[in-house]
Amino acid sequence: MGLSELTIKEASRALKNKEISSLELAKECLEKAVKANKYLNAFITILEKEAIKAARDSDKRIAQNKRLSEIDGVPLAIKDNICIEDTLTTCASPILSNFISPFDATVIKKLKKAGAVILGKTNMDEFAMGSSTETSFYGPTKNPWDLTRVPGGSSGGSAAAVAASLAPGALGSDTGGSIRQPASFCGVVGFKPTYGSVSRYGLIAMASSLDQIGPITKTVEDARILYEIIAGCDELDSTSAQNRFKNYELRIKNLKIGIPKEYFIKGLDKEVEKIVKIAIKKIEDLGAKIKEVSLPHTPYALAAYYLIMPSEVSSNLARYDGIKYGLSTKAQNLVDVYIKSRTKGFGDEAKRRIMLGTFALSSGYYEAYYLKAKKVQTKIKEDFDKAFQKVDCLLTPTSPTVAFKIGEKSQDPLTMYLSDIFTVPVNLAGLPALSVPCGFIDGLPVGLQIIGRQFGENEILNIALEYEKNTDWHNMKPKV
Amino acid sequence: MVKLSKKEVEHIAKLARLSLTEEEKKKFARHLSSILNYVDQLKKIDTEGVEPIGNIVGLSNVFRKDKITPSSLAKKLLSSAPETKDRYLKIKGVKETWG
Repeated sequence: MGLSELTIKEASRALKNKEISSLELAKECLEKAVKANKYLNAFITILEKEAIKAARDSDKRIAQNKRLSEIDGVPLAIKDNICIEDTLTTCASPILSNFISPFDATVIKKLKKAGAVILGKTNMDEFAMGSSTETSFYGPTKNPWDLTRVPGGSSGGSAAAVAASLAPGALGSDTGGSIRQPASFCGVVGFKPTYGSVSRYGLIAMASSLDQIGPITKTVEDARILYEIIAGCDELDSTSAQNRFKNYELRIKNLKIGIPKEYFIKGLDKEVEKIVKIAIKKIEDLGAKIKEVSLPHTPYALAAYYLIMPSEVSSNLARYDGIKYGLSTKAQNLVDVYIKSRTKGFGDEAKRRIMLGTFALSSGYYEAYYLKAKKVQTKIKEDFDKAFQKVDCLLTPTSPTVAFKIGEKSQDPLTMYLSDIFTVPVNLAGLPALSVPCGFIDGLPVGLQIIGRQFGENEILNIALEYEKNTDWHNMKPKV
Repeated sequence: MVKLSKKEVEHIAKLARLSLTEEEKKKFARHLSSILNYVDQLKKIDTEGVEPIGNIVGLSNVFRKDKITPSSLAKKLLSSAPETKDRYLKIKGVKETWG
């Protein structure tokens, strides 16, 4: 087994015991990443020099037994919408294709303080808008299990990099499923924490009330390790919440788990349904009490999301005007600088969502569209609140299908949006959720989604851990 | 059925500071109309008396001490700008645009 195939936990142990050096580990990951990038396109930027330096520094600390944390010396990949100081941060958009971030995002500060080695910036849908990584200005990322298929999105580069063992772990961001859906498509673990539990400072905003950073890893244990490092309240993000996470073992026997009937519907692929039901049975056999629950407003979640999200997008992306940073096009007067820079700098999906949001917020339509959606959001949250009075967690499929073909859905935006149907409600309710590999259909991975109550990270991690311990899916590796 | 006209799309694009080709106007009118038709189903839900969501985890009025900390960002921020003069961003005249 190559070094790059180690999990974070394994790499950490090997580094601690001085069986391997951080430099060897980083070099092997970098070499593999450079080679694989030719056909996977998982990275936008590979930070070879910086990673080697960080690895050397880590080796020095390890030699003196001064390790900074469990991840000191462990290489990680970072989604390209998370700012790293003095590093190109493109958001996979032409408008930021020349943007060198002047500061570190809070999560990057925390990773650096913990001694992590940052390998590079991963590919994504432009401004995290998409479910396939096809809207990236830098071309689509390929799914390591089948190069003719998408890795999911928007954190497709991070998921593909971890699945192909180019990095032991990665960070992604999730606004409507952008960590969980690509994790599901690539057969890895994707963990979206409770809204506010990880600081968004330095995460380039898409929809601020829904965005959340989280880990993409090979195992549940690794997801917990990264989560514990990045979580916590931050003065620089006033929506960040006190870290209430406590890592303690829970007995699965004492947990009640709900199966929301609205998630097992017509649009769900029959084979995916079968595999997810087998996974649920497995968790029941492990001792959990399983019970059907109802979340009656589920069918409306996607519609509410496609008003709330673009509204926030239109407001957040108003800052790209060709004046302060990013792409700028010369023109005769100020308003033409705005118009020309934005027209040239945004791709189709960004333009579509900006216009949709502009419309939903515009005079005469605000109440019928945006405000209505915010009220429906309340109804969706109430559904979850009621369900969580009866059960501790919910189990659902992460995505209604396995990874689809490149180009299959890119012509029709609405069809593409429907692939987020099971992940979006979680963001609208601010809940933590995790996707864990639970089987394969013709060589393509399927993910099981475990949803917890707000700040119930420990419950979902424990169930996922127990499930992983008793199954083998996370040990399957793509052949590429 | 919601069907955005070319004129409405032009108006939205103007508000969003985007310029569209004739072909794009047609394409976006089609896409936006289809999405608006999809979201129209929200009308079926009775939201009489329902409060819209504020902060989803219930935070409100987040305060912090107003303390001054040194910042070394100014130079880097300025160097990101396409055009500067001394320590200022340089832009086209506002008067020429709206004057």
